[in-house]
Amino acid sequence: MIIGNTTLTLTEEQGMLMDVAREFCRDKSPVSAVREQLDTELGYDAGVWKEMITLGWTGIALPEHCGGSGLGVSALVPVFEAMGRALLGTPLLTTSLAAQLVMRAAGAAQESVLADIAGGKIATLALTEDADWGREHFAVSLDKNGTLSGMKRFVPDAAVAELFVVPVQREGELVIALVGASQLPAGAIRPNTLIDETKRAANVDFTGVSVDENSVISGGQVVNAINDTRLIGALLVAAEATGSAGACLDTIVDYLKTRKQFGKLIGSYQALKHPTVDILIDTDSSRSFIYHAAAVVGDETLDRDGEIACRMAKAQATDTLLQAGDRAIQFHGGMGFTYECNAQLYLRRAQWSQQQFGDAQHHRTRLAKLLLD
Amino acid sequence: MSVSELELNEFRTEVSAWMHENNPKDPGFLLPQTFMEVGDERQLEFLREWQHKVWAAGYLGMAWPEEYGGRGVDPSFQTIADQEMRRHAVPISFNIIGLGWAGPLINDIGTAEEKQKYLKRILTAEDVWCQGFSEPENGSDLGNAQTRAVRDGDEYVINGQKIWTTMGNFAQYMILLARTNPDTPRKYDGLSFFLSPMNVAGVETRPIRKLTGEYGFTETFFTDARIPADCLMGEEGQGWKIAMQTLQYERGAEAGAAGGQMMVRVTVEDMINELQGVSRDEAAVLDDPLLRDELVRAVMEEKSQILGVRRGAIPGLSSDYPGSLLLSGKLRMSESTRRMRQLAIKLQGAEGALYVGDEEARQGGFWQRAYLNSFSSTIGGGTSQVQTNIVAEHVLGLPK
Repeated sequence: MIIGNTTLTLTEEQGMLMDVAREFCRDKSPVSAVREQLDTELGYDAGVWKEMITLGWTGIALPEHCGGSGLGVSALVPVFEAMGRALLGTPLLTTSLAAQLVMRAAGAAQESVLADIAGGKIATLALTEDADWGREHFAVSLDKNGTLSGMKRFVPDAAVAELFVVPVQREGELVIALVGASQLPAGAIRPNTLIDETKRAANVDFTGVSVDENSVISGGQVVNAINDTRLIGALLVAAEATGSAGACLDTIVDYLKTRKQFGKLIGSYQALKHPTVDILIDTDSSRSFIYHAAAVVGDETLDRDGEIACRMAKAQATDTLLQAGDRAIQFHGGMGFTYECNAQLYLRRAQWSQQQFGDAQHHRTRLAKLLLD
Repeated sequence: MSVSELELNEFRTEVSAWMHENNPKDPGFLLPQTFMEVGDERQLEFLREWQHKVWAAGYLGMAWPEEYGGRGVDPSFQTIADQEMRRHAVPISFNIIGLGWAGPLINDIGTAEEKQKYLKRILTAEDVWCQGFSEPENGSDLGNAQTRAVRDGDEYVINGQKIWTTMGNFAQYMILLARTNPDTPRKYDGLSFFLSPMNVAGVETRPIRKLTGEYGFTETFFTDARIPADCLMGEEGQGWKIAMQTLQYERGAEAGAAGGQMMVRVTVEDMINELQGVSRDEAAVLDDPLLRDELVRAVMEEKSQILGVRRGAIPGLSSDYPGSLLLSGKLRMSESTRRMRQLAIKLQGAEGALYVGDEEARQGGFWQRAYLNSFSSTIGGGTSQVQTNIVAEHVLGLPK
């Protein structure tokens, strides 16, 4: 009973997407291409993003009548795993989550918004306001005249987003405001400097922006939709982190097989060999959890199994990547301390991933309630 | 042979009812959780009787030929019977070396005489089997086994020493790996495989007292022990190949094993259920935030093992590091079990210091003993450290 649901499957669609996404990412995002984007404003290659839209990735989890493929979140998991493996940024993550929130909270009422996203419009989820991922009440508010006030922080890809999906408080009720980029006053976006240079985010001050009633999603579904979007966010970041952990492990193994010290390949020393196997085992575990979660999360409101699965996936995968990145630096010795060594890319990604939608400790605390009470 | 879903479902109902009905009551002494823990005659006789009863009911060796005591049905029936044994937490089928290794081996490559002589008595538990692979100087390095077997007319003369012989003092037969030729260029090519009787002059066993204070293994000494030459399985020099084949049967009924329950499964849930009523700082132990975190980690470890088995069966999800889940299976499982049992003692508070024999010990000291015994899996069959080397070298391709 405490172990609960242990479904784990790979559908034909997931398998096909996995093959396509891996090949695409290998081809378009070798580490040299990742490095070229580290100090650009966008943080990604606009041409690659266009190709991803053409491949239909922005609509994978959206309904067919909105121009999507109707494959659900489960089909996004192999795509994000492949992107994480290649450290490929782009706004796909936040766009997918913004779309999930709109779909879950409004459904048919916002079909045209979903259709635009499926067609390639960049949307972003403006959720977090402070250091607390677990906060359920928001300070950003919408008054009765339809005017927003307050700032969201860490808004992913805010500089390029065309649509902001913003959970806010309206007279004691949680609602979601849809804000177009053109509605923001000059200077509303202040970019963050992130530890992970493959990612982009900004603080966005929504104060003074007017939102008409058609652009406000309210009703009984909103609270569940926000909770579920956080969980799906945790799952997709876990999928990304799992891919990154695999790539980080490969980086470690390559070095251990080529670097010699004291006349021997350093991979023959058990002090390095054994923790590397631990990383393999943890990466294996992460993959099992993300594909299990993929199998139990659908379009409907997440049930207990779905919540447990997403939280376990996040708790496992980001801790795994943290350890992999940390050891990757150490095992590269002096080389690992340089900017030139790729190990730092994974370590920085690990720190970023940990802070998205709750770290491992946060999820284990929530899991304890679900499993032990 | 194809079996209908309906037939299997009906069978499951039947076997489940039987297990429910016949699951023996608490005998008043701790039963072994694995076949490596049969320490005294009382336990042996209890388990012998139980295995015989399961066989007589038709739930053991189901896929083995009828003429040798089986039922000759599809292995999927045995798999279901095994699942129901686990689910009803019945006692173990203790004669595992016979049921799981020697039996299927004889079934696959034995002569008609060997099948006639050995198979049925394995199922009925009349003959207990043990395994003579490890030696004091060659634990993890099995291929280097030095126990000698020298042909002398119609007999082989055995000299040497085996260790960690499970139930060596109770067994009638041993699957024995011994060296018939000490001069081969490859050490493996000098090994031969024997179905060797234990009740002959020159074979002596000495029980090993385990860290639990109990018994379960022996050292086995061969001093000019003479066994019939027809105890040799296959040809001289094929010992390593046959020993490796023997290890394949562990995969269960589908691979030819007679079935049965190898070990009593102990889950995190069992541990948590046992903690009701334990207090820490005047509150329920399950309310302590740090311990809750440890418990969630334990649940995740256990779930991860189950999910790993599922994922390993899906080619599209297990091709990144081929063999990884399979080769690390024993390492992950044994280490996670050890950690969980260690936690189970810690969670008991002051009572965690009690041991088997104290009437106030929780569940008779079950968890304390289980923790001490858990090292049999992190050491036996290749220590976790050797297993880690194997994974590093064979899966990740790291240098020796």
